[in-house]
Amino acid sequence: MIWLLAAQRFPPPEFTETGHKLPGFLAPLPRGPWMEHFDVIVLLMALALASWLALRGRSRRGLVALGTFSVMYFGFWRKGCICSIGSIQNIAQGLADSSFGVPATVLAFGLAPLVFALLFGRVFCSSVCPHGALQDLMLIKPVKVPVWLEHGLRLIPYMYLGLAMIFAATGGGYIICQYDPFVTIFRFSGSALMVSCGIELLVFGMFIGRPYCRFLCPYGVILGMASNVAKWRVRITPDTCTQCRLCEQSCPFDAINPATIETPSRTVKTDKRRLAAMILLLPLLLVSGGWLGGLTGKRLAHKHRTVSLAERIYLEETGKATDTTDASAAFRATGAPVENLYADAQSVRDRYVLAGRWCGVWIALVAGGKLISLAIRRKRYDYEADQTRCVACARCFKSCPQELQRLGLPVPEGAPLAPPNSPAIF
Amino acid sequence: MKRRDFFLNAVRSATMVGLGGLFASFVHKAKADGKVWQIDPWKCTQCGLCATECVLEQSAVKCVHSFDICGYCRLCTGYFEPQPNSLNTAAENQLCPTGAIFRTFVEDPYYEYTINEPLCVGCAKCVKGCTMFGNGSLHLQIRHNVCVHCNECSIARACPADAIHRVPVDQPYKFKSRGEQV
Ligand code: SF4
Ligand code: SF4
Ligand code: SF4
Ligand code: SF4
Repeated sequence: MIWLLAAQRFPPPEFTETGHKLPGFLAPLPRGPWMEHFDVIVLLMALALASWLALRGRSRRGLVALGTFSVMYFGFWRKGCICSIGSIQNIAQGLADSSFGVPATVLAFGLAPLVFALLFGRVFCSSVCPHGALQDLMLIKPVKVPVWLEHGLRLIPYMYLGLAMIFAATGGGYIICQYDPFVTIFRFSGSALMVSCGIELLVFGMFIGRPYCRFLCPYGVILGMASNVAKWRVRITPDTCTQCRLCEQSCPFDAINPATIETPSRTVKTDKRRLAAMILLLPLLLVSGGWLGGLTGKRLAHKHRTVSLAERIYLEETGKATDTTDASAAFRATGAPVENLYADAQSVRDRYVLAGRWCGVWIALVAGGKLISLAIRRKRYDYEADQTRCVACARCFKSCPQELQRLGLPVPEGAPLAPPNSPAIF
Repeated sequence: MKRRDFFLNAVRSATMVGLGGLFASFVHKAKADGKVWQIDPWKCTQCGLCATECVLEQSAVKCVHSFDICGYCRLCTGYFEPQPNSLNTAAENQLCPTGAIFRTFVEDPYYEYTINEPLCVGCAKCVKGCTMFGNGSLHLQIRHNVCVHCNECSIARACPADAIHRVPVDQPYKFKSRGEQV
């Protein structure tokens, strides 16, 4: 091997004449660990403040200020890494591979927003996530996305989450980081493709509220699920809803569920039948999802470093390829036996198939859940912020006449006000 | 509504306990607090991707020099073009595209080579020359004062030799040194 002989080619001199001293190494250090702990403290304080502003203070202005701070601090100053969205990949890899240590900071960034979502809803999204805050600040003229498109596109993040988890858990790389459109903006550099994606998304986001959050963000999926069981939640009205419909159009993210009105065309009986059919369909969906996922996993495995190297080496060994690639040359230089490589590649392939099956089941479950939720109609008497979709931005509050009254602002004429015995907020 | 609240409380508490368990199990395991990316110079094949794959405009990878391995050669194969016109410091004789290597005379016949890091773009041309025909004292390292510590290093993703991995933050470099050469 070249390296082993390297030092003997030209014996290092003694410098007996001049007594020249060898210079040492410069080793500039990374940011100290205490800086990372400081980041976690800032994160926790920002989350607490966001919760207060969204639920108690009901202050859009406060959230905008906090959002600006988050873009500056977590975005431009810390250059985007580590962020909560990406950290779920480290956690997934840590769960799949016990030798992979996840630093406490990464863990805190991944879990703290989730804990807050379980208590207060998606307050992280409102103004702490630099990606979300950046898009939120850029939104100037919201346009409504057609309902069918909105519902379809909202399924993308679930699949993205599934895929990202496959790749992370099998050691195939972090696709959330690789295709993060905004980190390039925070760093003012990156691959040309991702820089242009980031800029396009931002321009797009001036009219379509938070396109990344709604139609891509895999972390938003998890936060949305946690937010569904939140203890306290964003309320559009500080009082009781009088169904005045004034808030109906105020959410740029399509997160307000209107009060249900009776639809005579759908009877309880047909609804029940539909629901039963969906529930019977679910196992079929799950099995086929798992099967398709397994196949997809097998295909994706070719992208893994070890598998593609093994395939290349196989071609070279069997004489189907006569030249070498950088990777195969590097492998040859290590002198490792080919059989070990093949065995490694096989175990990676197996892991991909397994992860692919899980991902398929997950996507089938999401699709099934969507179908079932379309069949179920919960009676809703009030206008409410949707538990999953609401990002607690506080935009809708001031459209409620009772909020205006609470603040002592002029109330639009003819708007119904609080019914007598109205309960307090909490 | 009572039943629903009970259900929500149960799910929420269970999730909290789960997250707490997750946190505890990982924190228990994580020994060194942070991790940063570093190149293993013994695995590096000087492919040149370090110069182009880093997310930064100018790569965080720089050439560093292990003086205790260096032969202080007059004809440095990391410094000079393979067939230099003459052995002087004229730019056309130098291998380095940015002229980042400085050559100073020490004593006959020895010269010392120092890297001016702000000029270095991490192209590995000198490293290749030094490793192929010299002692291999020039090698590449990720400079942590430049690196932004991506969650996944873009160069690591592209590196054909799989030479870039996470290292503990308290041992952030893998310098070549004489003692290490087994
Ligand atoms: S949905 Fe994702 S990107 Fe948007 S604010 Fe929430 S975590 Fe951030
Ligand atoms: S706070 Fe109101 S406007 Fe903002 S996302 Fe939630 S429902 Fe929509
Ligand atoms: S040849 Fe390349 S790696 Fe070596 S000092 Fe010059 S720029 Fe840096
Ligand atoms: S971690 Fe990021 S900044 Fe550092 S060397 Fe790798 S790509 Fe460059």
